[in-house]
Amino acid sequence: MSAVTAAPPLASAPARSGGTTLTGTWSLVRFILRRDRVRLLVWSLGIPLLYLGSLPEYTTMLDDPEGRAVRAALVSSPAMVAMTGPGYGTDDYSVGPALANELTLWVVLALAVMSILQVVRHTRAEEESSRSELVRAAAVGRHAAVVAALFVVLVANAVIAVLSAAVLAANDLDVTDALGMTVGIAVAALTYGAVALVAAQVTEHSRGATGLSMAVLGATFTVGTIGNMQELGGTWLSWLSPIGWAQQMRAFVDLRWWPAGIGVVAIVVLLLVASSLASRRDFGAGLVPDRPGRADALDSLRSPGALAWVQQRMALLWTALGLGIMWLAMGTVASQVPELTKTLQDNPVYASVLGEGDPVGGFLRIIVLYAALGAAVYGIVAMLRAKAEEDAGRAEYVLATPVARGRWFGATLGISSAATAVVLVVGVAAGAAGAVFTGLSDPSFGTILGAGLLYLPALAVFVGFAAVVYAWAPRAASVSWVLLEWSIVVALFAGLFHIPEWAQKISPFWWVPDPLTGDVDWVHVGGLCAVAAVLVVLAFAGFRRRDVATK
Amino acid sequence: MTTTAAPTASTSTAGTPAVEIHDLRKSFGTVQALDGLDLTVSHGQVAGFLGPNGAGKSTTIRVLLGLLRSDSGSARLLGGDPWRDAVALHRRLAYVPGDVSLWPNLTGGEAIDYLARLRGRPDKRRKAELLERFELDPTKKARTYSKGNRQKVALVAALVTPVDLLVLDEPTSGLDPLMEAVFTELVREAKAAGTSVLLSSHILSEVEKVCDTVTIIRGGRAVESGTLDDLRHLTRSSVTAVVDGDPSAIATMAGVHDLATSANGAGTRVTFDVDNAEMARVLPAISALGVHAFTAQPPSLEELFMRHYGDELAADGVPTDGQDGAGRHAANSTAGAR
Repeated sequence: MSAVTAAPPLASAPARSGGTTLTGTWSLVRFILRRDRVRLLVWSLGIPLLYLGSLPEYTTMLDDPEGRAVRAALVSSPAMVAMTGPGYGTDDYSVGPALANELTLWVVLALAVMSILQVVRHTRAEEESSRSELVRAAAVGRHAAVVAALFVVLVANAVIAVLSAAVLAANDLDVTDALGMTVGIAVAALTYGAVALVAAQVTEHSRGATGLSMAVLGATFTVGTIGNMQELGGTWLSWLSPIGWAQQMRAFVDLRWWPAGIGVVAIVVLLLVASSLASRRDFGAGLVPDRPGRADALDSLRSPGALAWVQQRMALLWTALGLGIMWLAMGTVASQVPELTKTLQDNPVYASVLGEGDPVGGFLRIIVLYAALGAAVYGIVAMLRAKAEEDAGRAEYVLATPVARGRWFGATLGISSAATAVVLVVGVAAGAAGAVFTGLSDPSFGTILGAGLLYLPALAVFVGFAAVVYAWAPRAASVSWVLLEWSIVVALFAGLFHIPEWAQKISPFWWVPDPLTGDVDWVHVGGLCAVAAVLVVLAFAGFRRRDVATK
Repeated sequence: MTTTAAPTASTSTAGTPAVEIHDLRKSFGTVQALDGLDLTVSHGQVAGFLGPNGAGKSTTIRVLLGLLRSDSGSARLLGGDPWRDAVALHRRLAYVPGDVSLWPNLTGGEAIDYLARLRGRPDKRRKAELLERFELDPTKKARTYSKGNRQKVALVAALVTPVDLLVLDEPTSGLDPLMEAVFTELVREAKAAGTSVLLSSHILSEVEKVCDTVTIIRGGRAVESGTLDDLRHLTRSSVTAVVDGDPSAIATMAGVHDLATSANGAGTRVTFDVDNAEMARVLPAISALGVHAFTAQPPSLEELFMRHYGDELAADGVPTDGQDGAGRHAANSTAGAR
């Protein structure tokens, strides 16, 4: 990175004859930091605060040997392995090993998403909006934007790693191990940032680049998780995932640094690939040029609903396919669960923790929950497309034709809701199919699918909530995500953080009955349906009465 | 949103103004975008709506399209209420935004068909004719179109079905001069077919070419409106003459401005502006001096426009020699910029 920092600032560049492909990088870095100062600050403080918040919980929980044994047994169950890590240190499960085993996955996922969004935002999205045309026309090298975007992500991840390690060290954990854990996480997150850099060269749209990067994140998460479930410490499958490299650092157990080296090598290789792709293509273009399309629209393209479908169908296809493959792979592990838990069953502590609980049902419940989370993310993204249409002025354009407000709004809401249901059903069916194909007979395919369908009312609440926020306060559209984020926290960490029950009840998922491990309370199902209906009515009322944004 | 209150097509042909706005107000937070605007577009007329960026043109149009709700005042569109009767009214009008944004993965042809079908039944032959006149390739994906080509897509989509009213918000931005000529022609054809047109623009020559009436808007209110002839009558012509005698006496006559002289072989070359109302008294005076050559030009719309905006330009540091000179300077720079 020394070459980057040595690059002359934008203002002095014209004074020189020539310049390199990195000319102007430093100016762009400062520009990005200026634009994103709030966003980066939130991330930089949020992650250390997450550690700070979870430390007391872990310290209390793992205070005595019995507590450690109970927690170790719990995180060894396949369902929990799918939500944590490869299980290093479960023989003496103190705070350090517990943090490394249970939090690494989630911190990497969060930072990977941050890195991907940040990279795409400053490369492909800029190019797409033609803002960077202005920048590129100045004395700025061809690679400057790409390097600047990745450099900022590197700095952000480094800052987060150092601050996080400081928080851990301040709580009586070994400094070297703490750094091992947080640096491993930073390298993994940065690897996904580099993946996004390549994706931004391949696709022509920021949405496509984000989708492609997220698909890589999802695929590696699935493969790595399956590896972790197969045996303690993971198998070769675990090593196919950057998340696995971070977990294999074995921080607080038997720290080794070389897995981070794999990440560094991967980042360098991805950078070289991105750079060679970038030199090969025209500004603004993807690698695949556009072919001429049809001069006349198909007869079916004559309503806002038809257009919404045309806009969404490719995204739906790829999301359903990608998530479907992930949950199919997860499902194939279900039949091995009884075998995997056999050794655990003999452990008296484990039996006392899980009681008569059915480990297979518990594991399938996690798959169904994951499938529902994926569908919820899709649903919110799809619903908020309405905002993108409005911001771009296309909503105004269509609403100036004889299309009523409600019809336009209903088209997006309807198509998004239907597509969300498709993502859920495909995901759950794929997971169930994976389980049934590999020999699981109880619960049946139908039971698992039924458990998935019970999530539909909760998903309607998420989409309805996004619709209400968009309809009443389009500028605050990102608030739509808060409900889902809270629901994820409740679903995954409710026990750990001792979240009070009333706060858990805010999550729509809390109300979803689970036929795999319990009974179905139809009152809850009906309640969710009613809430969704109220939200939809509110959303329509709001959108009918407000001004359509004037950009 | 309801269709029950929809006015029927016959009510508009009875001579109801296509657009009738009175004392319209709209604010966004602390910004007063419209501040008591009056605007009328008579049935079958082409009305120019002039003003610089930020004067409130687009806000007015968005109120007329039922996209924004006005704070107070009245707005009628084709005899109906723009907010309440939006859907029914939109069946009878077509809109071209100033900055057209299209669906990136649709081709231009698909976007035209989609927009036109929402309004009615597009005529294939008419579409082919318009595509040819605008020299637009409909098979390209919208994301590859330049600004001018996106504008053409919107124009074709608007003109492909017959409507009672065309609402055009700076429709030629990004078009080259040849295509501007095609546009002018099409607006004239639309007028001949009985369509009313509201043409918002800051391109004065365009308005001058096609508009019957002009409204100049500033700071959210109309500062001048009427037919072009009316407006010209209120203003000045510029005169250039070569005379034998001493023209300095003319400089002191009422209604004469900016008189300048220079030696010119046979006599003296004199240029000045004169209020049209005073022309009858100035002409005999100048002919008494012995005229060799004489030209008089009506004021361009640019000069009308600059009379209302000249002081703003002066405040922005554009060099002027007083209020009267502001128009000419700014007019020149506008012409140069185009």
